[in-house]
Amino acid sequence: MQINTPFFKERAHDAMEDKNLQRALGNLKAGFPEKRAIAVSRMPEFEELRNQGRDLKNHVMENLDLYLEQFEAKVIENGGHVHWARTSEDANKIILDICKQENAKTVTKGKSMVTEEIGLNDYLEQNGVQPVETDLGEYILQLRGDHPSHIIAPAIHLNLDDVAEAFHEHHKRPKSDDPAVLMQEAREVLRDKFVAADVGITGANFCVAETGSTIIVTNEGNGDLTQTLPKTHIVVTSIEKVVPTLEDMTLFLRLLARSATGQEFTVYNTLSSGPRREGDQDGPENFHVVLVDNGRSEMVGTELQDMLRCIRCSACMNHCPVYGAVGGHSYGWVYPGPMGSVLTPQMIGIEKGGMLPNASTFCGKCESVCPVKIPLPKLMRHWREDEFEKHLSPKAVRYGIAGWAFLAKRPVLYKTYTRMATWFMKRWAGKKGKIEKMPLAGGWTDWRDMPAPQGKTFMQSWKEQQKAGEQP
Amino acid sequence: MPNTSPRVGLFVTCLADMFRPTVAFATVKLLEQAGCTVEVPERQTCCGQPAFNSGDRKTTADIARQTIDAFDGYEYVVGPSGSCIGMLHQYPDLFISTDPYFARATELAAKSHEITSFLFDVMGLETLQEKLNQLRFDGTVTYHDSCAGLRELGVKDQPRKLLQQVEGLSINEMEEAETCCGFGGTFCVKYPEISNRMVSNKTDNISNSGANTLLGGDLGCLLNMAGKLKREGKSIEARHVVEVLAGMTDIPAIGEADYDLASQL
Ligand code: SF4
Repeated sequence: MQINTPFFKERAHDAMEDKNLQRALGNLKAGFPEKRAIAVSRMPEFEELRNQGRDLKNHVMENLDLYLEQFEAKVIENGGHVHWARTSEDANKIILDICKQENAKTVTKGKSMVTEEIGLNDYLEQNGVQPVETDLGEYILQLRGDHPSHIIAPAIHLNLDDVAEAFHEHHKRPKSDDPAVLMQEAREVLRDKFVAADVGITGANFCVAETGSTIIVTNEGNGDLTQTLPKTHIVVTSIEKVVPTLEDMTLFLRLLARSATGQEFTVYNTLSSGPRREGDQDGPENFHVVLVDNGRSEMVGTELQDMLRCIRCSACMNHCPVYGAVGGHSYGWVYPGPMGSVLTPQMIGIEKGGMLPNASTFCGKCESVCPVKIPLPKLMRHWREDEFEKHLSPKAVRYGIAGWAFLAKRPVLYKTYTRMATWFMKRWAGKKGKIEKMPLAGGWTDWRDMPAPQGKTFMQSWKEQQKAGEQP
Repeated sequence: MPNTSPRVGLFVTCLADMFRPTVAFATVKLLEQAGCTVEVPERQTCCGQPAFNSGDRKTTADIARQTIDAFDGYEYVVGPSGSCIGMLHQYPDLFISTDPYFARATELAAKSHEITSFLFDVMGLETLQEKLNQLRFDGTVTYHDSCAGLRELGVKDQPRKLLQQVEGLSINEMEEAETCCGFGGTFCVKYPEISNRMVSNKTDNISNSGANTLLGGDLGCLLNMAGKLKREGKSIEARHVVEVLAGMTDIPAIGEADYDLASQL
């Protein structure tokens, strides 16, 4: 996928001007956070579950190699294959090779952010394999040549009208804006694709080491058809998704559904444990798991390791006031919102991704709702430090901080300077009590007034009072 | 309750120092009313947040050392800002555990409190109740929960409980009182357009609350929201909560014209 992250500000500008998008974002704000709040209030032990989730994931990250090897051994035991992909290119190549082996013309796909991350669809198409998205949101996006703007509600940026338009254009049927009709239309079109597909590709929400199973959770059931109808099922997922046992998995399922959509449980929870066995009624003949690294193993043992706890619930973006203002596409790559602001620099480099960890007020709302308690602001600050050390921060920031630091480290000089600055601003404001325009302060005064200082600094007045108090 | 007259070092905060000394004076007054002895260490400047949030860890540590030295020996450190006090709580992270400053930073963090939380949680309402009951404020206020105070320090009920003691004052909660106002330190000038959208949402919620006064516990946020209210031509006044609690509301609100002072220039 093309990287547009360096243009975050420009894209954010356009997004805020886009009335349709703003309407869609308004719906999001009213939807997920409220439902989550209700679900959480119904579960008094939720906070305790968050702690357990955090601790368990920490334990897994500390023994990641062990659990991954256990998972691999189990998958093989079940008759499946495991492929290790260090990079996106490796992963794409592995998947294409399997498709070629199966002489696949079309592959159906369940929703998977990892396949977005590695740019699988474009790669397959360029190599003569047609991917068909079967998640309704992803399907709409594919018709429009668009990309997800949210990790669990990929088409959240679209309105009903956009969907009606896309269907009309591609299905060549009369245009309808009745959701039920559109849904039916999608079903009919997709049904044929399910049957025709040679390979089905899904992601995985979790990989269970003790059984060698992967699981996907969906609300549409499309994942089931994607993985059971074709002859070959490929699971494309990433290394941090492994959990030790089925019971551990259920802990995360409880956290995930509530944090994501406010459901107590997602509608379809589909486990895959290898190819069809003797006597099984359905299931694929071949079962492959592609484990993508793509920079994740480099995070182990660093401050960023905490980020590997992420279960992709989207709560952080649903509650983020910046995401709520600018939407997911502004972030310019695959992962938006607070989690994306931490992950993106790791995957595309801080040189290109630096805009994102800076685009936060550190309000802390994301961390407060994260089901595995990832300290997202702290990790964004980690990237700012990395940027600063590498001299990548904008000059204005570097010089600004250096000038300010020079004064802040010299209390006597600082007092003189603040006195002068305060006096100047007070003069500039005149009798109005506020400043409407001031040199070098356009970032502030283009949008809002600057309340004027009262007059003297506190330190100055305090000293004067103390002196006056001493002289009777 | 702590000892009867604890010695408190006032952390003025750079914004109160420059923009609104009234906030610092009100803080001193409240602390003294609650029975504390207040001193203002000369060698304080800023908590270091601009450097910390810009990724300049070294400068942040330099400033932290200076602040730790400045507040050595006080029983408590109190300031009128959840954000700056929250920063003081982060100081231990800046030093490795064998650095002598690590232990001192930990000590500073443990004794540092945001003003409303100090008055309510540490000193106790009873130390101040009589004084607060004598106050009168005829008006409806709405309260913005600033992020750092709320989420890092757990400041939520304390200012409201204190305000409830004031005769005539009623609180109308706004929608999304806990949502960030878009100030975010340097964020508001680095991403001004996004910040503007956030503060516009906030001022909408403020006006929809029907209150005629906006209160909060952090000057950064208050300057941002007051500046936006002014630009929008709204007549809602903005003040730091300590101004009301200390009975200092005869002083013009944030961003209001002050003819007396201006004529002295
Ligand atoms: S960072 Fe936390 S809140 Fe955000 S998607 Fe990951 S698990 Fe969910």
